[in-house]
Amino acid sequence: MQQILDDKAIDRALTRISHEILERNKGTENLVLIGIPTRGEFLAARICAKIEEFENITLPTGTVDATLYRDDLNLKDEQPSLKETDIPISIAGKTLVLVDDVLYTGRTIRSALNALMDYGRPAAIQLAVLVDRGHRELPIKADYVGKNIPTAPNQGVGVRLSEIDDRDEVLLIIKEDS
Amino acid sequence: MKLKSLIRTEKREAPPDEEHGYKMKRLVVKGARVLDPATGLDAKLNIIAMGGRFASIRPPHEDDNYEGAEWDVVEAEGLLVVPGLIDIHTHLREPGFEYKEDIESGAKAAAAGGFTTILCMANTEPVNDSASVTRLITKRAAAVSPIKVLPIGALTKGLEGRALSEMGELKDAGCVAFSDDGMPVKDPAIMRRALEYSTSLNLPVISHAEEPALTGGGVMNEGVVSTRMGLKGIPNASEDVMVARDIALAELTGARLHIAHVSTRGAVDLIRAAKARGAKVTCEAAPHHLTLDHGAVVGYDTFAKMSPPLRAEEDIAALHAALKDGTIDAIATDHAPHSSIEKDVEFDAAANGIVGLETALGLTLGLVGDGIISLAQAVTLLTSGPARAMGINSGTLKIGASADMTIIDPDMEWVVEPEKFLSKSRNTPYGGRAMKGRAIRTIVGGETVYEMSAEG
Amino acid sequence: MKLKRKDLLSIEELSVEEISFIIETARSFKRVNERDIKKVPTLRGKTVINLFYEPSTRTRTSFEIAAKRMSADAINISVSQSSVKKGETLKDTALNLEAMRPDCIVLRHASSGAPAMLAELLDCSVINAGDGMHEHPSQALLDMMTVLERFDSLEGLNITIVGDVSHSRVARSNIYGFNKLGANVTLCGPPTMIPHGIEEMGATVEYDLDRAIRGADVIMMLRIQLERDRVPLFPTAREYADRYGLNLKRLKGAKEGLLILHPGPINRGVEISPEVADGPYSLLIDQVTNGLAVRMALFYILIGGPSESEHEAEEPDSNGKERGTA
Repeated sequence: MQQILDDKAIDRALTRISHEILERNKGTENLVLIGIPTRGEFLAARICAKIEEFENITLPTGTVDATLYRDDLNLKDEQPSLKETDIPISIAGKTLVLVDDVLYTGRTIRSALNALMDYGRPAAIQLAVLVDRGHRELPIKADYVGKNIPTAPNQGVGVRLSEIDDRDEVLLIIKEDS
Repeated sequence: MKLKSLIRTEKREAPPDEEHGYKMKRLVVKGARVLDPATGLDAKLNIIAMGGRFASIRPPHEDDNYEGAEWDVVEAEGLLVVPGLIDIHTHLREPGFEYKEDIESGAKAAAAGGFTTILCMANTEPVNDSASVTRLITKRAAAVSPIKVLPIGALTKGLEGRALSEMGELKDAGCVAFSDDGMPVKDPAIMRRALEYSTSLNLPVISHAEEPALTGGGVMNEGVVSTRMGLKGIPNASEDVMVARDIALAELTGARLHIAHVSTRGAVDLIRAAKARGAKVTCEAAPHHLTLDHGAVVGYDTFAKMSPPLRAEEDIAALHAALKDGTIDAIATDHAPHSSIEKDVEFDAAANGIVGLETALGLTLGLVGDGIISLAQAVTLLTSGPARAMGINSGTLKIGASADMTIIDPDMEWVVEPEKFLSKSRNTPYGGRAMKGRAIRTIVGGETVYEMSAEG
Repeated sequence: MKLKRKDLLSIEELSVEEISFIIETARSFKRVNERDIKKVPTLRGKTVINLFYEPSTRTRTSFEIAAKRMSADAINISVSQSSVKKGETLKDTALNLEAMRPDCIVLRHASSGAPAMLAELLDCSVINAGDGMHEHPSQALLDMMTVLERFDSLEGLNITIVGDVSHSRVARSNIYGFNKLGANVTLCGPPTMIPHGIEEMGATVEYDLDRAIRGADVIMMLRIQLERDRVPLFPTAREYADRYGLNLKRLKGAKEGLLILHPGPINRGVEISPEVADGPYSLLIDQVTNGLAVRMALFYILIGGPSESEHEAEEPDSNGKERGTA
């Protein structure tokens, strides 16, 4: 296991992403942050706090659980527990920034996009991730990336956030028997 | 001392046939423990049959010589020989339901279970309520049955409980008792007339004691288990009130009443009291009511569905006590073959009953093994007890009587494998049950009609 | 959490954890039902057969909508009991339906144990939608869910079930369920409606309704079947309503915040007066809403995963969402 990002690096990445979001959208108007549980939800909250710090505006922040839209339920032995979907305002006509910890195959994002569409018709959806580890299986690209970590097939990425883990860090994990 | 007086050898001239130079067939069963509780016999003896009848039962002697072509010698050292077992309650399903059982398969199953005589109930199609059906059964039995099959005639026409069957004619045709078994006789006035009328024929009336209004669509014993399973229950009272009614009517009429398949503590108490008063009442219990309680129904096992239903532990305890004190005269199988058509359905829709001929002896010996009854009691309940209840002149090793006997290996351990039954049906809750003691040879009229094969 | 079972046949067989998991999952589905677009693609390509041998509008509709909201194909088959008599057996019907490869059969049947029989016979999932007088597990789950929306826990709660417990599968499932979650269950009705040995299932019996109401946090009124047995269970509907009907006057002796449940359909004026049925404590409508969510949760848990045949297909691809170690 190798630490790729420590708590300071994570914080710097989130600061940069927050600035990029503001820059690209020319401010906060119409913006809604949507985290994908579990860790995307905390990242969205941190981005929300940073933007509040910079702009003195609290963005509406929600969560979307995409479990019911996944395409791999048939492959799982065990049904994943359903998590909260909480979208505080109507998303019709809004610009949504979807936040997740790791971007990998893109399938989770695909299901989240489908789920969001069932809540209304947003003007645009952008994607922010802390780590992009490559190996996409769908044509999905992040708009804001904390760090690109190209991984080998026998490697994984672990994200720990102090909200539920004991500290902030991003790890490169060598999987055994892989 | 006592033994000597009990061992009888007929001192008589050679049988008439032998005077003409023809050697009669002779059978000797050598060295077994011979147990005939009706005569108090219990010793290591040789049993000799000639011309199909018991000729002599005596201790082995050094001068014994059983050589010669006419001798059929059965070595039975270490085995138990008892009078041929009698089952006074079977359903052979012929005529009408031959896909479940016929006289041949039922009789062969009985022989395999150690039975040499069985009585078959009247609920065939057509019902055995006329001499022609009785004769059909006796003729068929004579042709295909290795053992004795005695028909029971219907008490009322079509088992409908409305008009008496022609009981006199049925007796002449060969019926040995009367019963609407399977159906209770609802109308007490009809029951009274039937009992009254039967006294002139001196045959017993067998009562399927159940008050249908109290059964009211019930499918198992009413109690904790039926409540949990959401199945409609049959209260003990359904049996008790009918037993009480029929005892009262038997005492009123002086008739011989036999209560079939008692299942409740209340019923045995009523019968015990009636017997003490001197009423001509006898009764039987089925092996399943002595060995299984209503918990067997859990899982909606239709093989545990019967009428009367499997009852509670307290009832089983009362039945055991009644076996011990002689209130129960007989163990009778209520052998009720059904196919998957009747049993592989929802519990509510399933037919009542199980096959019993091939498990009855093992289960009864199990009661001995559990210390509930003695071996002598067990043998009585399967031989002289049922014979006396039905007024049949058998069930004991009597010189001159048909040489019917059952050779039992009391120590043989075996497992019930329904797929090996000789019965056409497999509806038993005892599949896989370990048993100890089994009939290994059944002899009727001096002829071996069943011998257990090596593979069981 | 994993529900290690192919079928849902009874509450008796469920653990506390399984019950909680189902209710927890149902809460998520309740939110789906509150959206404008109430459909999720979760069960696309799956087939659910609602096989109903007893007339039922409420339960059948609830299962049907639940399946459709999850994008499963739902087929309703209603079989009248009279045609069963001469028609094919339940076993044959079930084997025929299974040949069409449904993922789940929802069975309502008048014979207790019929769903258990199918479950053993078939590879597909079987959900008991009410069997005879045995169990009605989805009803008990929605009842528990409804009460849990008003109380944090059922621990120590007093629940009184009033009516024909003897013939009620709803009562049996609820006795098991509420007991498992720690509530105290009291049964109330005339002795003709209280079956033999019911106390051994974990309930106390109280024949006097006023006493049974006192101290109750939840009262569940069972539907009274006015013509059931050849011999009626009570003299007249009038006397029943008088002694065992719930009305405003009776509720004067009740606890503050009492909740009233009824599995429906109700006989207004017999077991429950209109004022009570429509009153503020009545959760009858919540029960229906939650029923839909519970049934969606059951479908998700039982058939949301691989079909039997796909089971061994391939190693699940953890597509980056195994949190912590993606």
